[in-house]
Amino acid sequence: MSTRLATPGRLIDKAAPVSFTFNGKQLRGYKGDTLASALLANDQMLMGRSFKYHRPRGVVASGAEEPNGLVNLGSEGRFEPNQRVTTTELFEGLEASSQNHWPSLEFDVGAINAQLSRFLPAGFYYKMFMYPRSFWEHVYEPIIRASAGLGKAPKARDVDTYEHFYTFCDVLIVGGGVAGMQAALTAGKAGARVILLEQTDHWGGRAPVDGGRIDGAPVDDYVKETLNALRSMDNVEMRLRTMGAGVYDHGYALGYERLTDHAPEAAGPRHRLWRIRAAQIITATGAIERPLSFAGNDIPGVMLASAVRDYVVNYGVSVGDRTVVVTNNDNAYLTAIALKHAGLDVPVILDARVLPSDLGLIERAKALGIRVLMGHAIATVKGGKRVTGVSICAQAGEGAVLEEIQCDAVAMSGGWSPVVHLWSHCGGKLRWDTAHACFSPDVDNPPKGSDGMGFVTPAGAASGMFALDDVLHDAHAAAEGVITSLDMKLPKDVTSPIAERREESPMAPVWMMPQGASVKLREKTWLDYQNDVKVSDVRLAAQEGFVSVEHAKRYTTLGMATDQGKLSNINGLATLAGALDADIPTVGTTTFRPPYQPISLGAIGGEARGDIFQPIRRTPMQDWHEANGAVFEPVGRWRRPYAFTRGLESTHDAVMREVKNTREKLGLLDASTLGKIIVKGPDAGKFLDMMYTNMMSTLKPGKCRYGLMCSENGFLIDDGVVARIDEDTWLCHTTTGGAESIHAHMEEWLQTEWWDWNVYVANVTEQYAQIAVVGPNARTALERLGGMDLSKEALGFMDWADGTLGGFKVRIFRISFSGELSYEIAIDAGHGQALWDSLLAVGADLGAMPYGTECLHILRAEKGFIMIGDETDGTVIPQDLGLNWAISKKKEDYLGKRAQARSHMTDPSRWKLVGLETVDGSTLPDGAYATGEGTNANGQQNMIGRVTSTYHSPTLDRGIAMGLVLNAPDRMGEVLRFPGTDGKIYEAKIVDPVFYDKEGSKQNV
Amino acid sequence: MSDPVTALKGLKNTGGFASISEVGPTGMITLRGDLSAKPVIKAAVAASGVTMPEQGRIGSEGNHAMAWMSPDELLILCAYGDVHDRLAALNKKLSGQHTLAVNVSDARAMFRVRGAHAREVIAKVAPVDMHPDAFTPGMFRRTRFAQVPAAFWMPEPDVVQVICFRSVARYMYDLLGMAAQSRSEVGYFRR
Amino acid sequence: MLTIHCPNCGVTAEETEFHAHGEAHLKRFGPGSSEDDFESYLFMRKNPKGVHFERWRHQYGCGKWFHVARCTTTLEIFGSYSAQTTEPPKEIINHIENRRPDWNATEAPK
Repeated sequence: MSTRLATPGRLIDKAAPVSFTFNGKQLRGYKGDTLASALLANDQMLMGRSFKYHRPRGVVASGAEEPNGLVNLGSEGRFEPNQRVTTTELFEGLEASSQNHWPSLEFDVGAINAQLSRFLPAGFYYKMFMYPRSFWEHVYEPIIRASAGLGKAPKARDVDTYEHFYTFCDVLIVGGGVAGMQAALTAGKAGARVILLEQTDHWGGRAPVDGGRIDGAPVDDYVKETLNALRSMDNVEMRLRTMGAGVYDHGYALGYERLTDHAPEAAGPRHRLWRIRAAQIITATGAIERPLSFAGNDIPGVMLASAVRDYVVNYGVSVGDRTVVVTNNDNAYLTAIALKHAGLDVPVILDARVLPSDLGLIERAKALGIRVLMGHAIATVKGGKRVTGVSICAQAGEGAVLEEIQCDAVAMSGGWSPVVHLWSHCGGKLRWDTAHACFSPDVDNPPKGSDGMGFVTPAGAASGMFALDDVLHDAHAAAEGVITSLDMKLPKDVTSPIAERREESPMAPVWMMPQGASVKLREKTWLDYQNDVKVSDVRLAAQEGFVSVEHAKRYTTLGMATDQGKLSNINGLATLAGALDADIPTVGTTTFRPPYQPISLGAIGGEARGDIFQPIRRTPMQDWHEANGAVFEPVGRWRRPYAFTRGLESTHDAVMREVKNTREKLGLLDASTLGKIIVKGPDAGKFLDMMYTNMMSTLKPGKCRYGLMCSENGFLIDDGVVARIDEDTWLCHTTTGGAESIHAHMEEWLQTEWWDWNVYVANVTEQYAQIAVVGPNARTALERLGGMDLSKEALGFMDWADGTLGGFKVRIFRISFSGELSYEIAIDAGHGQALWDSLLAVGADLGAMPYGTECLHILRAEKGFIMIGDETDGTVIPQDLGLNWAISKKKEDYLGKRAQARSHMTDPSRWKLVGLETVDGSTLPDGAYATGEGTNANGQQNMIGRVTSTYHSPTLDRGIAMGLVLNAPDRMGEVLRFPGTDGKIYEAKIVDPVFYDKEGSKQNV
Repeated sequence: MSDPVTALKGLKNTGGFASISEVGPTGMITLRGDLSAKPVIKAAVAASGVTMPEQGRIGSEGNHAMAWMSPDELLILCAYGDVHDRLAALNKKLSGQHTLAVNVSDARAMFRVRGAHAREVIAKVAPVDMHPDAFTPGMFRRTRFAQVPAAFWMPEPDVVQVICFRSVARYMYDLLGMAAQSRSEVGYFRR
Repeated sequence: MLTIHCPNCGVTAEETEFHAHGEAHLKRFGPGSSEDDFESYLFMRKNPKGVHFERWRHQYGCGKWFHVARCTTTLEIFGSYSAQTTEPPKEIINHIENRRPDWNATEAPK
């Protein structure tokens, strides 16, 4: 059983007990524990179930590479699945529960899959769920969905906040082990701005656990001293609990800081995403130990040798009373020695190697009385939910059992792989290191920055240096190289510390144990613990032709679990290489993609949640609208009142009321969102003649003209009223959504094509509140405010004037988008609300009512006025809309003119705008298509038109619509059929698009 | 005429580690022209009451300031009530010069972020190096604050002044308030 | 995410402040131009593997346009320069030739 030892742990404080629950059971740990160490201390080795076979799973590792120990953490608004026990710090009141099992962790019905495992080989899903096709929707998909995924998705809204933090530095160092600390010290002494990130809650990495001496003192002393030195440097920023998540182009890197995961009730944001721009990056990300591939290597109690050592040394936790150590290298002997020192039993060390002599650690282990068997291996591990023993065989053979040994834990080591993820994220290449049987960074091919030079340097174990002295020297040299590349200087007296060297024997690559393991053993030999991929699956994939490592990965799902194959990838591709009889380097690796570990979606989104999920633009009268029954609709990033409801009135009724009131009395519209762009200069007229399809240079000061704007493709992009302010100044109104884009469009042409033209442009959209005063009573209302002559003679249709109206400095445009007598009043935004209030007050007895965008739409549709975005969709030219009157025939050029001469644009079969009147007075469905005779090349029924705008007109008390129709001018009076999605067929007659007041008598009074 | 109101009527948030307050009505004039032309410089200096700012900088003198917006654009800041007179004087001085001067006082919102960690509030929302060695008083930076365009400078240590469009004043206020929420100091620019 | 230098306001900033707008140095063809010329102006764009000349705008900054010479495979940036020119300046060409000896300067827009 696993238990807490009497010996102290480096990282825990036995004076500070912490209570927590696992599956509802009350347990105790200490401050400094991880959830993994605390569970082990309570003999909770079984922590979860695997994904496919629901095999019992115990913890394997002690850090970020853990594939098995995944739990649900927290509850309600802080519930989160798939949290790693090895990286979860213990805190008072922590609630964890195991996942991926039913009904309980101990007894799981899904484990039946394991009995069926020979029927569930690699590619099972692809093979099984292929045919019949009709089964997909109702049989296969529901089954797959029900069994997919680990853990449960959170249901409650996340109660925490998240944020980003942008920062810049000369040198970013990822990894706070001795390599990262030494690199930071060296770079810091050179005066560089340094950021040092460490993903755990403590500095020093695993060097203190592995022992040795630096400059004659224990590693812990070096860590303490270096930490003090770094803390005294103003130019060095150090962050614990912050993972270097990814390295991206041009020195961009992400740091993922977990601020309150270990103290969920604390105030402030939960996670902070550091968005770092570094001139140079040092990856001191260490190395990860590899499992060995032997039968039964997934039984709880089989762990990485380094993890067993970590639990003893750091947390004072023994994984088992009797631990068999199995290895292909010297490093695992440290575990045997540590266990022995803690008073635990190590019945045997099985070393797959055959060595000429016993050096260093082997000698020490033997001196402690540990039995060491060279050239030996594990044939199979015994046990179900817990290891009970191992059978031993020769590594060279096929697994004939030589001896059985009782034990309750197995510590395995297949060698070490440098953590090359961050090096590789942005294109750093790898080389195969034969001596250590691992991929390590090819320092001649680093990721390259904006200047084409390398910007990442690996250091320490991450660069394939495993001896302590090599690690420190490599880290110092990495920092020195980076400093030189930054044109900075290292003070002469700064040198690398010196660590004592151990005599070591070379490791031997072992990819299968025993070497000639039978199929039966291979079917019990796990590569990927979380996704249940076995040696036999990879071999099957190779046999079935999935010879590319990327294909084999996807076919078997090797390395596709939440740990992304941190433990399994190298063993998996060595197995693939073996099956293909190829070299490991030629098989290659799969692609390393950020983030290194999963990061929260909250951190990615940062502050963008709730009210600030996206910017909502507000007009100067928005508060009033909100307080007066407005129902809003999004128009670009604005929220415009769709209608103003009163009392219990429905939105539809409100719209009908607003239309009638505006036609009969007086309506007020907040038109502040319309774009307003000033264009000024000696060449402004010439410029606007290029921008608009019609002539703007001939407009007289004091007058307005409606204009159309096209892209160079000829398509209509915007429309609006242009007012000429003075000899060289024009004011262009754009659509609500068009203000920024049309301003940018104008600037683009002025800056990149006609830069010698003397024109300046300014977007003054938000300087003004703009109010449309519309209806038969409009003039009366404004005259009551007084101060300006608004008679037909003084301010005729399409005139504008500056003046003082009721004490307000305003500019009034006599323009109409409704067909009614209408004035649009612009006023400095800071006075907009006051003017709105005044208009409502003076118009009270004239029937003044605000109206919204839906009323605006109906008013304009009754008049046959087009709306950008309704009648246009980026494929419509003005000629399609019958707007030829607004296209100058005199001008040699305007944007879009050449395109409109292309054969497709002049094709007489282009659909043209018409009015549509339903035969029975009903309202056509929006976007409905008119069906024609025959079918097209794809056998679909031919379409001959579509509805672009459709409304119920309260003025005419019937449905009215506009649409684009084939050969429309020749079909006036014809009845078209529009099938609706409701199954009904709507019949509509083709009519003139102007439904109301064709003579324009109402607006011209 | 009514008293002008700003978008948020001077709202203030003192609940966080830095205070966020909307600045009252301020006169602002956008001047576009050839910034190397002597008459333009003379007129701009006269209208603003401060010396011509260099690229990426702002000059200020009491309530008056002038910021370099782009190679052909300046932003003049003055008292709200003065803006019409100053604009008229500016246009008079510039008659015959190809320039464009417009009142944008009401088109903008302005905020003051005050506190020992004010720089961190900005660094949480803008991709700008806010290290005291990198962003210094007198600099004027146009950038994005989360999802909207903004400009800022530091009129004094521990104070950042932010300008954005009026329509997104509420968003900016909420955004800065979130960035300054209590117990979220990064402690990064402490030196 | 790239780091871009704006030659108009002198700011070097991350890509999110900018907006890319495709190939630079297009020659406009208007009314009266041949179908071929107009087609190539409106639709035909280079998509080289390697050296590319692009239009960018400092959207969240000074709002100005400029050009960037960039390698589309390594993302190396050879330089930014004014938008008010019909061809890349000599120093940009020289720098590219230095960095990419195999690149043929005759491929540069003229």
